[in-house]
Amino acid sequence: MTSHIVDARAIHKHFGTLHVLKGVDLKVDERELVFVIGPSGSGKSTLLRCLNRLEEPSSGSIMVDGIDMLDPRTNINHARRRIGMVFQSFNLYPHMTALGNVMLALRKVAGKSRGEAESLAHAALKRVGLADRADHTPGQLSGGQQQRVAIARSIALEPRVMLFDEPTSALDPELVGSVLEVMRDLRESGMTMIVVSHEMGFARNAADRVVFMDDGLIVEQGPPGAIFENPAHERTRAFIGQIQRH
Amino acid sequence: MIEAFFNIEIMKAAWPIVLTGLWNTILLSLIVVPLGLLGGLILALLASIKHPLVRWPLMAWVDFFRAFPPLVLLVLLFAGLPFAGLELGGFACVAIAFFLNTGSYYGEIFRAGIDSVPAGQVEAARSTGLSRMQSMRYVVLPQAVRNVMPDLLSNTLEVVKLTSLGSVVAVPELLYEARQAQSITYNPTPIVMAAVIYFLLLWPLVRLLSRLENRALAGRH
Ligand SMILES: Nc1ncnc2c1ncn2[C@@H]1O[C@H](COP(=O)(O)OP(=O)(O)OP(=O)(O)O)[C@@H](O)[C@H]1O
Ligand SMILES: [Mg+2]
Repeated sequence: MTSHIVDARAIHKHFGTLHVLKGVDLKVDERELVFVIGPSGSGKSTLLRCLNRLEEPSSGSIMVDGIDMLDPRTNINHARRRIGMVFQSFNLYPHMTALGNVMLALRKVAGKSRGEAESLAHAALKRVGLADRADHTPGQLSGGQQQRVAIARSIALEPRVMLFDEPTSALDPELVGSVLEVMRDLRESGMTMIVVSHEMGFARNAADRVVFMDDGLIVEQGPPGAIFENPAHERTRAFIGQIQRH
Repeated sequence: MIEAFFNIEIMKAAWPIVLTGLWNTILLSLIVVPLGLLGGLILALLASIKHPLVRWPLMAWVDFFRAFPPLVLLVLLFAGLPFAGLELGGFACVAIAFFLNTGSYYGEIFRAGIDSVPAGQVEAARSTGLSRMQSMRYVVLPQAVRNVMPDLLSNTLEVVKLTSLGSVVAVPELLYEARQAQSITYNPTPIVMAAVIYFLLLWPLVRLLSRLENRALAGRH
């Protein structure tokens, strides 16, 4: 038995002839915040999407919270409840209110009664600072608010792990802070998080570990200080130099 | 002129017959429109299974029934099925023909609607644990239907017009009854009445459609 809440081994992913993940191992401890960086196309999103099987890995093994994600006998819909995911483009349901967005899976997946789902959804919206926006549709919310509703939609299901795929990349700079604040809050409450992002300041303050990926492989990983100030690999150095110039 | 096309005496005499036809046209529409919508929805849901074993037969089916003239299909069913030992009335034949023909059109509309919903919507839904069917039902279909509402309405308009084909197989709908009345009275006034009634029946739908289309254009900022 493993003590890691996420234990992915030798993950390979092919898209046709394209070999996108070339044997990735990723172990994450409970309450750990792992920050994933790497050049565009290095496979960061694909790795995250393999973890909750939005993408089917070509080979490898993935255990999340003791569940074998790739076992055909695993009920994938039940397993996914334990893994929250936040997308770059929010992906809120535009035909529902903020409250409706959060309630849907509570009702249909967690099987809560309407009243119960409603109060849990309200609590989740309150946690992301949007208690007063429950009746707004996504179109009536700013990008930052939409992303916080998306986070509420995930945390309402009480996941054991949260995956963030560039959660602030689509936001105007002045809205980034509100989302990062919610993420910092989550981290302080003990949530295990895997975050793909370019927000280096956030990584320095909040990450336990930074993972650098390139060309489908994890090149190196370590505490933020070590990776940012003193990377062991030339490729890491080049990438960090590049993003810090922005 | 007035004597021939707007003869008041004949209108009075023909009115009960034409009215029966109107009710039957409405009744027929209330049957074939939901039937077509249902058939279309089934086709579109099958099409969302992107497996070649489902996809190719489905495409052949839809293409076939869209290319087949509905009138020919109807006559074929009406005249042909008895030879296969199946004696269906005109009404049942109309229902089947419409299910096959308009179902294929509605199917293509629903399919376009489903395709118009970004993949991220399904990914978000699935990531929270919703099943494929639940994602379709609660997340994709409501958006898909909203996106193709003008096309659905426009097709419905065509379907209601097409119910006049029922007259060919002696379904007593509006056109059929009007022609009956015409042959009794030896005067085209009942046909004019039917034409006016068709217009009054469909005009609100046309107005609604225009408004939806304008709104869709305005919504595309
Ligand atoms: N569904 C797909 N079909 C084919 N190729 C894909 C698919 N998804 C990703 N790829 C390819 O896999 C590679 C890795 O993509 P991925 O999105 O994981 O990179 P990334 O590290 O997240 O990049 P970015 O920083 O730009 O988001 C890219 O070359 C991409 O084009
Ligand atoms: Mg990516």
